[in-house]
Amino acid sequence: MRRWILPTLFLAILIGAWQLAASSGALADLLKLESYAVASPLEIAESLWQSRSLLAENAWVTLREMLLGLGLSLVVGVLLAYAMHLSGVVRDTLNPLIVVSQTIPILAIAPILIIWLGFGIWPKAIVVLLICFFPVAVSTFAGLGTADPEATKMMRSLDASRLQILWRVETPTALPYFFTGARLAVVLAPIGAIFGEWVGSSSGLGHLILQDNGQLETARLFASVVILSAMALLLFALTALAQRRVVTWR
Amino acid sequence: MRQDTKMRAETEEFAGSIASPASAGGDGAAVSIRDLGHSYGELTTIERLDLELPAHGVLGLVGPSGCGKSTLLELIAGLREPSRGEVEVGGATAAKGRLAQCAFMPQRDLLLPWLSAIDNAGLALRNRGVRRGEARRRAAQLFDRFGLAGFERARPAELSGGMRQRVAFLRTLISGKPVLALDEPFASLDAITRGEMQQWLASALDADPRTVVLVTHDIEEALYLCDSVVVLSARPARTIIRLSAPAPRAADRDEAVTDPAFVTVREHAMQALRQGTK
Repeated sequence: MRRWILPTLFLAILIGAWQLAASSGALADLLKLESYAVASPLEIAESLWQSRSLLAENAWVTLREMLLGLGLSLVVGVLLAYAMHLSGVVRDTLNPLIVVSQTIPILAIAPILIIWLGFGIWPKAIVVLLICFFPVAVSTFAGLGTADPEATKMMRSLDASRLQILWRVETPTALPYFFTGARLAVVLAPIGAIFGEWVGSSSGLGHLILQDNGQLETARLFASVVILSAMALLLFALTALAQRRVVTWR
Repeated sequence: MRQDTKMRAETEEFAGSIASPASAGGDGAAVSIRDLGHSYGELTTIERLDLELPAHGVLGLVGPSGCGKSTLLELIAGLREPSRGEVEVGGATAAKGRLAQCAFMPQRDLLLPWLSAIDNAGLALRNRGVRRGEARRRAAQLFDRFGLAGFERARPAELSGGMRQRVAFLRTLISGKPVLALDEPFASLDAITRGEMQQWLASALDADPRTVVLVTHDIEEALYLCDSVVVLSARPARTIIRLSAPAPRAADRDEAVTDPAFVTVREHAMQALRQGTK
């Protein structure tokens, strides 16, 4: 219970303080802004309700980009991890390159993706992939390497082939590590989708945020942020649930 | 005592039913070690060793910690290649051939936590391509007779130390291999469970004879379970003495280990061990 009560209470206090500061005009004074540029939590809630169909429409676009990108990340991350685990040549070739791939500023190459792939869902999904495959690949690869060498000897002595050892010992050992990587990927996915939309899009929460920013629709901007955050939390919870269903021995 | 004879009758009954591949056969396999040496780089773990073990013989290896006992066991089991000399198991000298003849049981039970007890026991069958249902059916017959009935679907974490060890044994026996390489199988158990498990293994081996190489710290355990015991020196390992056990696998373990003849041999072994540690 404590796990839920404490953060919820703290968040409530923060929101309450924000509400007071915003509605009394103190926040606007402090930031030297007109009061319409500062949204209070109540105004954000009001905007969530009033713009619900617009927000839902755009959230659905962004959610699809995130899900497609995450799906690709899991597949690519896991395939890379297994390839590196099984082959020394692949490991020595790709391990440094995977790290290099994370040093590339995604914002810098996103425009090229738009040029190559157009304005649809694919460039966004690819940006999500570029950000999210990394934690999956790295932690799954690390997990595959933690299998007990004594268990491997035992299996060899019981006539197991390399693939049988991979499937019956190394893969289950790596599963909790894979889920750790997947949870990281899930919370990074909205960042990737928003990046992708900022570079070029005609819909999505990132697109809406850009518009609202230009028009000083502060309340609706925050409403988009709340929805993005809620979607990431939901995906995170689903991942944790899947982990509990699959990794039953811990 | 009565429980022991019951266990014995039960183990005799299951002996016929253990699924044995052609290689196990009835004749077993002899182990022969000639001029064996092993080193990891600069570090010499085994100096020079010659050992003969007839088919269905039970040999104990005792020695100080880190003397290369486990390395020796892995060499026999075909998990390693020697730096020098030859290991022959059932006529095979290549590592692959030895591996086919030997079932290796590591120090810890190493039951896979994601598999039920029965799926752990049937691992060797599954690795050979036997279907899951068939592997379970064959393992289940032995569960009843190993005092594990009702725990087929339990995860290893739900089993006691003694039960885990019995499942690990089952897993080793079901492989049907003629040679068992056991690395301190009871080291992790408390004294009472260890005694019970020793007696249990004794009856299991009498019912279903295999060639066994047993590595242990425990001289008493070695002298009770084995036909003969080799005392090894500190690293690099060499044979100090080979002793014959007075009454291997006697029906009553507690009686056997307090017998004056047993105590005399045990003192012999202790002396040899002290001598080798210096």
